[in-house]
Amino acid sequence: MRKGSDSSGPGAQPQGGSRDSSLKIAIVDESPIRAAILEDGLREAGFTQVERIAETRNLLTRIYALDPDVILIDLENPSRDELEQMFQMSRIVKRPIAMFVDQSDTASIQASVDAGVSAYIVGNLQKDRIKTILDLCISRFNAFSRLQSELEEAKDALQERKIIDRAKGVLMKAKGLNEEQAYTLLRKTAMNENKKIAEIAQSVMTAAELFK
Amino acid sequence: MKRNLRIGYIPLIDATPVLAAVDHGFAEAEGLSIELVREVSWSNVRDKLNLGLFDASHMLAPLPIASSLGIGHVKVPLIAPFTLALNGNSITVSPALYNELIAVADGDVTDPLVSARALHRAVADRRARGAPMLNFGMTFPFSNHNYQLRFWMAAGGVDPDEDVRLVVLPPPYMVESLTSGHVDCFCVGAPWNSVAVDNGVGHILHFGCDIQRRMSEKVLAVRENWASDNPETLSALIRALAKAAAFAENPANLDAVCDTIGMRIGASPEVVSRTLKGVLKVTTDGLTRSSDDYILLDRHQANRPDKVHAAWVYADMVRWGQSPLSLESLRIAENVFRPDLYDLAMGRAPAQAVSDPADRIGAFYGPEFVASDIAGHLESWRLRGPNRPQLSVVR
Repeated sequence: MRKGSDSSGPGAQPQGGSRDSSLKIAIVDESPIRAAILEDGLREAGFTQVERIAETRNLLTRIYALDPDVILIDLENPSRDELEQMFQMSRIVKRPIAMFVDQSDTASIQASVDAGVSAYIVGNLQKDRIKTILDLCISRFNAFSRLQSELEEAKDALQERKIIDRAKGVLMKAKGLNEEQAYTLLRKTAMNENKKIAEIAQSVMTAAELFK
Repeated sequence: MKRNLRIGYIPLIDATPVLAAVDHGFAEAEGLSIELVREVSWSNVRDKLNLGLFDASHMLAPLPIASSLGIGHVKVPLIAPFTLALNGNSITVSPALYNELIAVADGDVTDPLVSARALHRAVADRRARGAPMLNFGMTFPFSNHNYQLRFWMAAGGVDPDEDVRLVVLPPPYMVESLTSGHVDCFCVGAPWNSVAVDNGVGHILHFGCDIQRRMSEKVLAVRENWASDNPETLSALIRALAKAAAFAENPANLDAVCDTIGMRIGASPEVVSRTLKGVLKVTTDGLTRSSDDYILLDRHQANRPDKVHAAWVYADMVRWGQSPLSLESLRIAENVFRPDLYDLAMGRAPAQAVSDPADRIGAFYGPEFVASDIAGHLESWRLRGPNRPQLSVVR
C-alpha cells in the first residue's frame, strides 16, 4: 500500500529529498488562482504528483479515485466536514486518514488555521515528511491573502479617486470653483467633520442626485 | 472580567439564542461585547474553539463529547454549560423514495416504526432487483443527524453501515444533493428541510421529535480551562443566552426575531417563523404539520444541560463503533454537560426535575433509557436487530 520510498520522477529536486516526489498530493480549493499558486509552489519544491480538485460534489468519491497521500483543503470550504467522515467509516476508506495535528504541534495547526488551510494525511505517513508541505502551504496561502487584500485596497483607492473626481466636478459646476478650490473645499469639510475625503465626496454625489 | 468575546456559529435556526443575545441587546445588558463569526463547517468551528480563536461556539451536542474523549481528532476537553436548542431536526425524503416507502408500507408512514420497516423492505427490493444502494445525507459523524437516521432505520431492521450509504454533507448542500439525486434522504436542522419542501424536491417524513421527543441538539461549547479562567464572563454569557432564548420563544416577539435571525442565517423570515412556531409545510402540495416539540429554545428547562442526554450520545458513539465502551469514557462524556454551571449563573436550581418523557429522551422504539446501564441498553438493541451484529469494529 505504501509507495516505494526511493523511486522518483524525472524532475530531480534538491531540497525536498528524493523520496518526497513520490507523495501524491490532492488540493481541494474552490479558488482556482490560489490552488494554482499552491500547485506551482509544490512542484517547485519537487512534489511532482499534485492534483487539484475544484469540484467538490461527490468529494469522497473523487478522493478515493485519486488515492492521495496528503489532502490540502481551504478552510472556507464547507466540504471539509465531508473529509471528517473519513476518520470514521472503515468500510469505505482504504487507508486511514488523519488531520495533520497532534497534541504537541499546536503552533503548526494554529499557523495553518490562521492562514486558512488544513492538511490531512492518509495512511501511515510520517508526520515530519509533510511538515515541508504544510509550511509551504501556509506561506502560499498567506501570500495569496496578502495579494488579495492589496488588490482590494487598490480597487478601493481607484473607486475613491473616481468619486472624488466626480464630486469635484459637481462642486466646480455648482459653485463656479476651479479644480483646486473644489478639492480644498472637500478636504476642509472632511477635516472639520472628521471624515474621509471620499466619504464627503460620496455625500456630495448623493446630494447632487437628490437635487437633480 | 473578560468582556469582549468571539463566538462562532453555523447559520442555522438553532443558533437563535446566541444570535438574539447579540441582536436584541441581551449580551450588552450583561456587559458583554460579542463578535459573531459565521463559519462554514463544524470542523472549522471545533478547530477554532480548540485553538482559542473562539471563546465559545454554537456546536452540535455530540461534538464537545467527541472532542473531550479525543475521538476522531485531537483531545481537547470542552464543556457545554448551556443547551441552545432541544430537537429541531427533520428527516426529509425525495418524492421518489417517499412513493417507494408508501408502496411497501404496512400502515401510516408518519409512524416512524412503520416507515423504518418500509425502508427495510425497500432496501431488500432494491437489492433483489440490483438497483443502486440508497444514500442518506447527514451533517457530521458526531451529530444527532447521524445518530437519529441510524436509530430510525435500525429500528426497522436496516443496518446503516451495510444496507445503505450514509454521507456527510454540509447543510447548505443538502437540498441541491436531494435535487440532483446524489442523496435520497437527509436529516438536517432548520431551515433546510423547509427549503427542500418549498423547492418541490422533498417531503418531510419525520420531525426529529418523532424519533426522540427530547434531545439536546445544539449547545454552547467552551474549553474547560477557559470556563475555569473566566467564571464571571461565563455566568454573564449564560444569563444573556437564557434571556435571549426566552425572548425568542415568546410569540409576542416572533416578528422581530424572525427578521434578525433570517438576516443572520440567510433565510426568509417566513421560513424562520414556521420553524419557531413548529408549524411546517411537510409536502410539496402544501400539507402542514405542527408539533409543540418541534424545537424548544427555552420551554421545559430546555437550556439546562442534561447529563442523561450526554450519556445517550455516548451510547450512540459506542453503538455505531465510534468509541469502545468504558465506564471512564461514560463519566467523561457525562461531565461535558454542566447543569451545575448553568444553575450557578442563574442563581437557582430547578424546582423539579424534568419528568416528561419519563427517561427524559422518549425514543420512539426500545426500552426506557437508563444511563447507568449502557451495556444493557446496547445489548437490547443487539437482540432486537436483524441477524447480524450491530456493533461494527472501531476504525
